Amino acid sequence: MIPTRWISLLVLLAGLFLADISLGSVDIPLRDVIAILFGQPAQEPIWTNIILDFRLTKAITCVLAGAALSISGLLMQTLFRNPLAGPDVLGLSSGASLAVSLVYMGYSLGFALFSISNSWAVALAASVGSTAIFLIVLAISSRVKNNASLLIVGLMIGAGTSSVVSVLQFLSSAEDLQTYMIWTFGSLGSLSWPEIQVLAGILLVGATVAFSSIKSLNAWLLGTNYAQGLGINIKKARLVIIIATSILTGGVTAFCGPIAFVGLAVPHLIKLLFKTQNHKVLVPTVMVGGAILLLFCDILTQLPGSGQVLPINAMTALIGAPVVIWVILRTRMT
Amino acid sequence: MISRHTDNALMPELMATKNLTVGYGRQILFENLNLTLRAGELVCFMGPNGAGKSTLIRTIGGLHKPLSGASYLSHKLSGGMERNVALVLTDPVRDINMTAAEIVAFGRYPYLGWDVRLQDEDQQLVDDALAQVHISDLAGRKLHELSDGQLQMVMIAKALAQDTPLIILDEPTAHLDLNNRVEIMRLLHRLAREMRKAILIATHELDLALQTADVIWLTGTKKNIIIGIPEDLVLDGSFDETFAFKGFDLKTGRVQHEKYQPTSIILSGEGYYYLWTKNALERNGYAVSAEGTGFRVSLSPDRIKMQWGTEDGKSFTTLSSLLAHLKTV
Repeated sequence: MIPTRWISLLVLLAGLFLADISLGSVDIPLRDVIAILFGQPAQEPIWTNIILDFRLTKAITCVLAGAALSISGLLMQTLFRNPLAGPDVLGLSSGASLAVSLVYMGYSLGFALFSISNSWAVALAASVGSTAIFLIVLAISSRVKNNASLLIVGLMIGAGTSSVVSVLQFLSSAEDLQTYMIWTFGSLGSLSWPEIQVLAGILLVGATVAFSSIKSLNAWLLGTNYAQGLGINIKKARLVIIIATSILTGGVTAFCGPIAFVGLAVPHLIKLLFKTQNHKVLVPTVMVGGAILLLFCDILTQLPGSGQVLPINAMTALIGAPVVIWVILRTRMT
Repeated sequence: MISRHTDNALMPELMATKNLTVGYGRQILFENLNLTLRAGELVCFMGPNGAGKSTLIRTIGGLHKPLSGASYLSHKLSGGMERNVALVLTDPVRDINMTAAEIVAFGRYPYLGWDVRLQDEDQQLVDDALAQVHISDLAGRKLHELSDGQLQMVMIAKALAQDTPLIILDEPTAHLDLNNRVEIMRLLHRLAREMRKAILIATHELDLALQTADVIWLTGTKKNIIIGIPEDLVLDGSFDETFAFKGFDLKTGRVQHEKYQPTSIILSGEGYYYLWTKNALERNGYAVSAEGTGFRVSLSPDRIKMQWGTEDGKSFTTLSSLLAHLKTV
């Protein structure tokens, strides 16, 4: 059973990857798309440029960002033992947004957080921002035992950071404001090859940590006391998971903007498909699932017409929001 | 600390505490404890709710740091706590979407690498553990499909799969019905005897503990623990002091009733019919004695069923009709 599901998942990934590259404002026949990918010349030389420099970077970004966000969501759901935990729900994305807004709009306020607002500065700021919020949420979560309360805390942290961002927006110049606003819509197509390498590096670190934490993550399902009784070093495991989650969320948020719902929804969809809680299965499948979902959403953003491309965040929310409602209906919210 | 001789003193010691002081922050729950757990011995740790039983048990189990002193594994044991002490806690596990066998397999975690791959030997131990607690047929069931009693059996099987010389359980029979409570205590007693495990159970189930424990640890009134075999502690009044029973006589094992009926009953007869008749009369406020003055009731076994005769010449076939008649006397 599981191998068949694995294969269908990978076939789906390959198919969507190809579809994502094939679709766009310029019609390029599938035959040429494949030829270009294998280094062959195409009928029109400009097509090679379009595919390699625009569509391929975007599709790879989808794969990397989708996988990173989904692992991050899985880690958080296990760490908090809460099915509704996720990088956006608990305010991590808001934290990253606040930090990034400080980088983009800091000039207008008369201070510069970094001398140059390049992608590295943005990535670092976003990681620091999401880590800070994660630590706050973690500190609060040890005092509230109740799932719903923790989510409300996350929402409130989100509201708090948004209001600070609003103040920054009010005070900043129109130009800086626009850069920031476009960033918040989420963008998968604007990454250069070096930036993709950074994102791939972040995913590699996060995935390595997730794979090496499989034992702790599984034991965590029994609760920290049982996990400790089975020889898991709770403090170390928690710290490692927090760092991995923050880097993954921060990195993706920095390069692609605050992409909502992917981290929350994918682990549930995968658990529905594979019917297991074993992280040995979940970690790799959730990565593939996240890539699939983000590719699918990206394809949807291009479908409505040929010219306009919708913001990616509109699509992920459209798919993610029903998943949240479904989870609430399915689990006892206590 | 009061120490009494226990007849298992020759069993090998697996764990001991030395001047162990337990509590939270400045709040000391127990002070300077010197306790031992021995192979093959079932210890019931008893005390009223809120006495700190869970805290002490978790400290001994390595989940809490002691305020001072320490607990030691015997030097004959190798490996860390996780390979020597298996825990069964009160933490909720029901919502985990896993099968009973998957939960029991957690017991093998101390022996597995990062990829948690079960070897044949591990799988065999999981199967054996399920068989030991007679739930092999539940192996493939999801936790939410199990009853509370079955779920507790799964957690005990997890502890067995951990293959440790010591097992520590926190209130394993809480929230279970009488049948399940008896089954679990008998099972633990058997595991101690047959597998030579040292088993420590925190419980406030007085009746079951008194009948199954080899040794009782009783929370004392001075942050101490009183140790002894159950019968000694009952007869010397230690239990009465700790639990401060209200209307329960531990030495007879019965609830004390107010005698509010004007007539006393002189009851003659024997066997369990006698006991249950006495029970019914006392519950209804009659003073019951074997001789003296009062209204006479006698048990007269018929060939088919029991009859109750009274001194005014009536006879009854049920206790309820007897009681109804007594009210008119």
